[in-house]
Amino acid sequence: MATELQNLQDLRHNASLATKVFIQRDYSDGTVCRFHTKLPAELNSRIERTLFEDTVKTLNNYYAEAEKISGQSYLEGCLACVSAYIIFLCMETRYEKVLKKISMYIQEQNENIYAPRGLLITDPIERGMRVIEISVFEDRSSTGSSSSGSSASGSSAR
Amino acid sequence: MHLGLDESRECQYNQICTHHNSSSMEIPHAKKRRVKRKWQVFPGRNKFYCDGRIMMAKQSGVFYLTMVLILVTSGLFFTFDCPFLASNLSPAIPAIGGILFLFVMVMLLRASFSDPGVLPRATPDEAADVERQIDAANGVSGASSRPPPRTREVLINGQTVKLKYCFTCKIFRPPRASHCSLCDNCVDRFDHHCPWVGNCVGKRNYRFFYLFILSLSFLTIFIFAFVITHVILSCVVMETLPCSPFLYWHTVLEVVVCFFSIWSIVGLSGFHTYLISSNLTTNEDIKGSWSSKRSKDNFNPYTYGSILTNCCAALCSPLPPSLIDRRGLVEPDAPQPAAQSNGTNACPTTQLQTHMCHQDQCIQSTKFVLQAATTPLLHAQPVLLSGGAVLQVKPSVVMPCSLHPSLPSSTTSLGCGGELLALHDPESLCHHHQLSHEAFASPEEMTSPAMVLPCTAHLAQLYEQASQDSLHEDSVRGLVKLSSV
Repeated sequence: MATELQNLQDLRHNASLATKVFIQRDYSDGTVCRFHTKLPAELNSRIERTLFEDTVKTLNNYYAEAEKISGQSYLEGCLACVSAYIIFLCMETRYEKVLKKISMYIQEQNENIYAPRGLLITDPIERGMRVIEISVFEDRSSTGSSSSGSSASGSSAR
Repeated sequence: MHLGLDESRECQYNQICTHHNSSSMEIPHAKKRRVKRKWQVFPGRNKFYCDGRIMMAKQSGVFYLTMVLILVTSGLFFTFDCPFLASNLSPAIPAIGGILFLFVMVMLLRASFSDPGVLPRATPDEAADVERQIDAANGVSGASSRPPPRTREVLINGQTVKLKYCFTCKIFRPPRASHCSLCDNCVDRFDHHCPWVGNCVGKRNYRFFYLFILSLSFLTIFIFAFVITHVILSCVVMETLPCSPFLYWHTVLEVVVCFFSIWSIVGLSGFHTYLISSNLTTNEDIKGSWSSKRSKDNFNPYTYGSILTNCCAALCSPLPPSLIDRRGLVEPDAPQPAAQSNGTNACPTTQLQTHMCHQDQCIQSTKFVLQAATTPLLHAQPVLLSGGAVLQVKPSVVMPCSLHPSLPSSTTSLGCGGELLALHDPESLCHHHQLSHEAFASPEEMTSPAMVLPCTAHLAQLYEQASQDSLHEDSVRGLVKLSSV
């Protein structure tokens, strides 16, 4: 019974998920985590260029913040080194803090911008920081606005 | 995170739910059925302990040897020498020694037990997307003849860098990443595979590795100096010992172990200090990727310019997170790389194994070729070759071995085939070195000293064979580099 349900849901999910678009890393500034901000052709009809670029740029800024070598990171690094890195057992690293912020941001962007357009961003950390995976869902109906409204309200209620 | 996303895929376009829906009906059911964590289906050749918290390479025999050497030597020092030194010189000696020892052990364990920066393999979707891009780039013409090499060029700080496609991980390897043939993983900022540490050394544990060898070189010098002090003080000044220190086995053992390890470890930490200050990896240094000898406008695109910034970047930069979510739960129907790996693991054919076997042989052959080629150049003594081969068996005197030929420990550096093994891409090597070496198939089989003789006997022949063979680019470069020293 349960497996049947599962199979049905699988079918539905396969039917609704059209493609996945992958935004690749931009290595022009070195090995810092950065993604290309160019809007891929597959998403042209789905989302405005500026909205997409804003999202990726914000993500890039977050990663730059996480990997930035500044006075604070020196201090943290030296402190950790002196304590033989035992301090990290009870303290979050800066990178982890920023990663949390990033996943919150992606969640928020998904709710407000991408989900209503039938898109969904996967957090790059789940794909080994190699790509931003954007799932494109099939355009089913024109009632998108009403239900997206409901999903937005649901998110605000939460 | 995963759970939420996966559920959302089940929704229609209209109702894509982006919430973390922990109170879902299916998830607890799946949990009850079989809780499986991702490390259990991890595709690489690694060992996991403590429910995935600890990650090591499969072959860790040498790591235990490292542990035993450090523990025994320090233990002898603290039991036999420290009481005397504390009462006659200063109680600070055991204190400083203890701190150093603890630091060394913590760093060793951190380097060995942590994820070196393994890049997770591509999900089927991502792999398909990469395939599509490759096909699009190659056009249709490539179908008939041999397909062109799978590389992608990117410009990094004005330097063109080739990204190679990894057939195992189904990704274009990011710059500085390399595939470790022993662990079968792509590792970010791959430095080398260190059997002494029992792990790859990469982006996430390089600083631990460096601090380990640095503190270990201090510890060995410290112990060596104070053991000698002990002998001199008690023998000459106080005349408490019978004056021949050879009566005390522990003193002899400590002095011998320290004396031989000092050279290799101090050399190795010197070498890594140079690497850190110029922001290079051992891999890049061996291959000479950014050497100006290759071409005039070849430079290292990753360096920050100043030595100080490079050092700080290597040691104090924010610690990057592990990209393989080892302790995450495997979702039964999630499109994960794990599922893909399950396919290959479940496949009962011996193809995979023979492939690995070939890899091992190939790598072994390169190792011997390298040794054969370099030894006459450096020492003109064929005897050392056998030394190189034996060293894997009896490494009691050297600690983490060095690869740099310009170091004082060049004799040992030739011996550490274990580290060399991992430095080359197995795929590319295999095409070229199909030499016949059933005599020494794998490192574990070389445990008897008797194996040494066939090795030396074969070497000349091997070397000839290899020079006729079209050698792999990298090993040629390695040879050129070694011979230029």
